[in-house]
This record gives sequence, C-alpha cells and structure tokens, in this order.
Amino acid sequence: MDLATLWFLILAFFFVGYFVLDGFDFGVGMSLPFLGRDDTDRRVLINTIGPVWDLNETWVIVAGAFMFAAFPEWYATLFSGFYLLLLLILLALIARGVSFEYRHQRPEAAWKRRFDLMITVGSAVPAFVWGVVFANVVRGVPLDPGFNYTGTLLDLLNPYALLGGLTTLLLFFTHGVVFVSLKTEGDMRDRARRLAVRAGVVTIVVAASFLTITTLMHGTPASAVLSAGAAVALIGSFVANLRGREGRAFALMAVTIALAVASLFAALFPGVMPASNDPANSLTIANASSSEYTLTIMSWVALVFVPLILGYQGFTYWIFRKRISRASIPAHS
Amino acid sequence: MNDLLDPLLLSRWQFGLTTIYHFLFVPLTIGMAFTVAVFQTAWVRTGRLHYLQLTRFFGKIFLINFAMGVVTGIVQEFQFGMNWSDYSRFVGDVFGAPLALEGLLAFFLEATFIGIWIFGWDKVPKGLHLASIWGATLGSILSAYFIIAANAFMQNPVGYAINEEKGRAELTSIWEVLTNKVALAAFPHTIFACFMVSAAVIVAVAAWHLSRNQNLETMRPALRFGLWTMVAAGALTVLTGDQLGLAMVETQPMKMAAAEALYKTSTGADASFSIFTLGTPDGVHELFSIRVPYLLSFLSTHTFDGTVEGINDLQAQYTQLYGPGDYTPIIWVTYWSFRWMMGLGMVAIMISLVGLWVTRKGRLPENRWVWRAAVWSYPLPLLAMIVGWVFTEMGRQPWLVFGLLQTSDGVSPGVTGLTVLISLVAFTAIYGSLAVVEFRLIVKAAQKGPGEAPVPDPESGEIRHEATVY
Repeated sequence: MDLATLWFLILAFFFVGYFVLDGFDFGVGMSLPFLGRDDTDRRVLINTIGPVWDLNETWVIVAGAFMFAAFPEWYATLFSGFYLLLLLILLALIARGVSFEYRHQRPEAAWKRRFDLMITVGSAVPAFVWGVVFANVVRGVPLDPGFNYTGTLLDLLNPYALLGGLTTLLLFFTHGVVFVSLKTEGDMRDRARRLAVRAGVVTIVVAASFLTITTLMHGTPASAVLSAGAAVALIGSFVANLRGREGRAFALMAVTIALAVASLFAALFPGVMPASNDPANSLTIANASSSEYTLTIMSWVALVFVPLILGYQGFTYWIFRKRISRASIPAHS
Repeated sequence: MNDLLDPLLLSRWQFGLTTIYHFLFVPLTIGMAFTVAVFQTAWVRTGRLHYLQLTRFFGKIFLINFAMGVVTGIVQEFQFGMNWSDYSRFVGDVFGAPLALEGLLAFFLEATFIGIWIFGWDKVPKGLHLASIWGATLGSILSAYFIIAANAFMQNPVGYAINEEKGRAELTSIWEVLTNKVALAAFPHTIFACFMVSAAVIVAVAAWHLSRNQNLETMRPALRFGLWTMVAAGALTVLTGDQLGLAMVETQPMKMAAAEALYKTSTGADASFSIFTLGTPDGVHELFSIRVPYLLSFLSTHTFDGTVEGINDLQAQYTQLYGPGDYTPIIWVTYWSFRWMMGLGMVAIMISLVGLWVTRKGRLPENRWVWRAAVWSYPLPLLAMIVGWVFTEMGRQPWLVFGLLQTSDGVSPGVTGLTVLISLVAFTAIYGSLAVVEFRLIVKAAQKGPGEAPVPDPESGEIRHEATVY
C-alpha cells in the first residue's frame, strides 16, 4: 500500500472519529427541546457533554488540517466548491460553541433560552449539512480541468444529498439521545430511552434508504459490506435500547456511524472527488495527494502522536464517566 | 459596483477582519492560561488561599475569552480552502504540515486538558488538576509556534522545492520549515507580547478593585504580579522584536524600507529613524519630521555605519528578478503600523514602571488619575499586537508567499464576489454581536471580584471544591 492510500485511510479514520464523537454532541444539542422540560433538565443535558464537546469538535479541525496537508487539491476543491455549505457549518459551530460557555453566565430565563436555541440550531445545522456535503462528494459534482467546482449552491441541494443530510441528522440525533440515556439517571434516563425508540424507527427507515441508494448508484463491494454492517449495527442498537442495555445501544450507534461514514469513503476509493461532468476532471488519491516526503513525515508524526492523543482522550472520558442527575445540578447560577 | 463584488478584494477584507478578530482573543488566552497556571502552582505549593481565589477568579475571565478563541479559530483553517484555494493548491504540500502538527499536537492537548481543568476541580487529584492547566497552557503555546512557523514560510519560504510539473511548492525539509529564522524570532516576540496583553488585563482589573478599596488581599498581589509581568515581558518583547527586525531586513528588505518610508538607499547617519512625520499620506513628500540619525542603520544591521536599502532600489531589483510590476507595499500602512506597534507597547511598559514605583513597599496611591490610567491602559498591548500583525502582513504585499506567489494569484478562482460578500456580511454580523456579549461578560466577571476566601474543612484542613457545572 502506498503512502497516499494510507493517508486516505487515516483521513477516513479522523472523519469517522469526528462524526462518532461530535455526532452525539450534536444529538444532545438537538434533544434540548425534546428532553429538556425545564432549565434544570436542560442543564443536565448540556453537562453530559460539558467536558468533552470541545475536544470532540477538535477532530474536525485536525481532519481538515490533515486533508490540507495530505491532499491539498482535495481540500482546495472541496472547501472552495462547497463554500456556502461550509459557511453554514462555521456559523452554526460558532453559535453553538459560545453558547455552552455563555448560557450559565447570567440567571435570566430569557438569556438562557436564547442560548438554548443557539445550541439546538447550532447542533442541527452541522448535523444536516455535513451529510449534504459528503453525499455530494460521493455523488460527484461538476469540476473544470483545474478541479474547480463549476456548479451552484442549488446543484448541491439535490434530493440525494438532502436525503444524505437527513440521514446524518437522524443518526446523530438518535446517537445523542442514546448517549443521554447512558449518562443520566431517573426520569430523564427513561424519557431518553423512549425517545430513542421513536427516533430509532425513523432513523432506520431513512438511513436504510440512503445507504441502499448509495450502494446501488455509487457502491463498490467494500462499501456494500460496510453499509450492510452499519444497517445491522443500527438495528442491533435499536434492540439493545428496547432491552434497556444503554451501554450496548450506544456502542452499536457508534459502530453504525463509523461503518456508514467508512462506507462513503469506500464508495469513493480510489477517487476522492469524482467529477460528474467528465471523469478526466476527477480528483483521485493519486492526483490529489502531497509529495512522498510530506506524507512520510506526516506518517511518522501520526504514528507517534495518534496513540498518545487517543490515550489521553480516553482518560478524559474515564474521569467523567459518572451519570449526571438533577441532584448534581446546584440551584444557583 | 464591480469593485464591491471583486472576490480578491472581498476575500482580503474577510481574511483581515476575521484574523484580527480571532486575534483579539488568542493573546489573552495564551497569556491568561499561563497566569492562571502560575497562580494555581503558587496555591498548590504554598497553600495560601488568596492564590486559589486568584486562580478561580482569573480562570473565569480566561474561560469567557477562551470560548471565543476556539470558535473563531475554526474559521481560520477553513478559509484557506474556501477563499484561497489556488494558494492552498500551491503551498498545501509545505504549509499543511505545520497546520496538521498544530491540530494533532497542540489543539487536542489544549481542548482535552481544558475540559479536565474546568470540570475536574472535585474529580481529579490536586496534582493532576494542576497538570491539566499546564497541559492546556503548553497546548496554546505550541499552537502559536506551529502557526507562526506556517506564517514564516509565507514571509521567508525555506525547506521547499518548486515542482514545475505540478505547479506547486513541495516540502524538502520539515526541519528547515520549523526552524525558519523568521519563525524563531517571531515566536518569542509574539508569546512575550501575549504575556503583555494578559498583564495589562490583570493590572486593569486589580486597579479597578484597589481604587475602590476592595479585595485588597487578592488584588494587591495581583497588581504587583501584573506590573512585573508587563515590565519583564515588555523588555523581552523589545529584545526579540529587535531580532525579528534583523531577520526581516535580511529576508524582506522591502518591508523594512516600507516601515521607514525610506525611498533612497541610505548609509550611516543618513539612515535615520523618524519618530514622527507630517507629510502626504503616500509618504513621498515630507513636511516635518523628528529624526534620530543612525537609528535605522542600527535597527537594521546592528551597526552605525550600515546601509539600508531603499524602496526605489528594491523596486528596480525586484522588477529585474520577477518581471514588471509594483512590488511596494502600501507605505502609509506600513509606516504608521510600525510606529503604533512600538509606541503603544512602550507606553504600556512605561505605565507599568510608574505603577511599580507608586505601589512600592505596600503603598496604594490616593490620586484617582493614577488608577484611571491603570484601568484604561488595558487595551494598549492588544492594540500594539494587532497593528504589529497588520504591519507584518501588509508589509509582505503584493506577495502572499514572498517571491513565489502574489496575493492576486492565490484567491479561489471559482468563488464569486457575491458569495464572499455573503460570508463577509455574515461573519461581521455574528462577530460584532458576540464581541459585545463577550466584552460585557468579562467586565461583569471582573467587577464581581473573587468573592470570599474558601474555608478549609475544620477536620482535614482540605478545601472542598465545588463541582463546576454549566
């Protein structure tokens, strides 16, 4: 396996990590209006992700930087071509990120409600738009011989891509709600479990359609196997949740998202950004990657530091492993 | 109307505005993380409670500011691809590596350990909790190093070769990129300036309380700490700035010539430095100026009989080297930003020296104006830093990567002016409103003060930390 292919896999790993981790943050954020009946409830929800949302979000910064360093052509084409979609994601992440820190700074109900709304919308928008982005990458977009995107924003809002967006939105929502059931106690835990059942049914239908269409239109044997695995894990998570096995339900949701994202990368392979108008204009692992030297340096860095960062991030999750209840939320502030 | 929708112009404005805005928060994050780590270390080592109060008090201000730095930072990384795709294609092989290192080594460290620090007060042992703030501080300083190394490549490209077939710069030595002489000088210069920014905030906050005769037991040591930090960091900023100046003269002589609006190559006494000039805005005609002979020669070469190349000669040289074109930055921008950077920094240092004198041996001055000066001097180092970066970046123009790629050749060819206008308006709106919110929250937290000292448990003598809860 050449280094460029290795970096395709590393990049896939980092996007998988991002969607698995920030995915449940987005889900928790979106669940505020459904599970948060009062301010204490909403604070319970926000505190389930309080210590980790920032490091989860850092995965996309690293994934973006890895794409820049390992596949500059891919980075340049994707980010300039999908400009307005990425702008939406950025604005949403800005609104959501400051809200976690600012909502508790003042006691007024109106102040808190404003930031609750920003958290919910700021979580839903990236959850949806990332699906639109990746569905379009798999579907292919019109590119000129210099690999610049030649379509418009409306071309990116095609039915297939919108279905992709709905799929990630629902997957992350269910993932987040299952996470809430795993991280809380009492009434909140029960309600989260029941909501996960209802959300799970819709998610299974939508995700199955999207993965089936993807397999039929753009699939490879590898992506088909991964999609099938994602479907099995999704149903497994649903069953585990019905049986009250929250840990298993959450782990299987993580596997679902991981396999679904992996199947999209498998469908792309060995391309990275297929051109829908002329295959000659397609970006591939070979023509989009950095030089052998750069990839060698980056490989050594990744080899040394990825295990380290996985280690200390795992440690953080272990420190904050306890369930949170209404009783752990102090009345003041 | 055409100008209004010029993607190049709009992208430059957007990059400038979003970067300056991001940089309103970065220096305070770096300086304040370090400050909080120092206070917490003092508490852990001495057990004196006012250090714990200071840790939590400045920790709160640090976190309000930190959130803004994080969310505005993501924009920075995405923008290279969104607005500057041809730049990204050209330099990605070289420039991407330090960004990837920054993310992997610095951002993960910072984000993970800040989470442990905020929420771990009652959950992890004291030593580990202290280590977590140092981990976050290290992360923030490392990130500054990598991004400055990336920026230094744009000022002084090293460690690369041009691949003609692919039309791009390719990395040949990561070591040369990371030890770029511009990076090695710019990094300490920036970090010490960050410490000046946090010192100014600490001085202002402490002075505000002391002038009201409240929180004396915490705010007096905070004031002295801030004043000493400002003087020490200020001296180091000047020294490293001198080194950066030498590196700049060597690698980008046009920038130094533009900093002094020096049109003719000059030697010795003629290479004077003007402290103040009245003249036409383009710097061509001079009506009145206060000049220090030999000073420019000394700043540029560390000798009094050195020769400093002038704009006209450099322009002629570059025309020969790179073909016809205008290789001169906008002179009034470089000339004035260079002076404001030094002037504002110097004033901040002098205020602190005076502050150390009037508060010596436990004194607290009565004069209200002394306190007012201390409070209102908080933005000086931050402003100095911002005009310093404006100087650095505008002084590099018309180049995006010096000698290799011009700014006009780096912009995304497929992105329309209207698209950039939409994002520019959107960023301005959200950034503007958040700035108001964040500023008010910081002022409110600062004015609230550190509160009562925590009471140790009578039996064990340990402090019971309340869990932090959002």
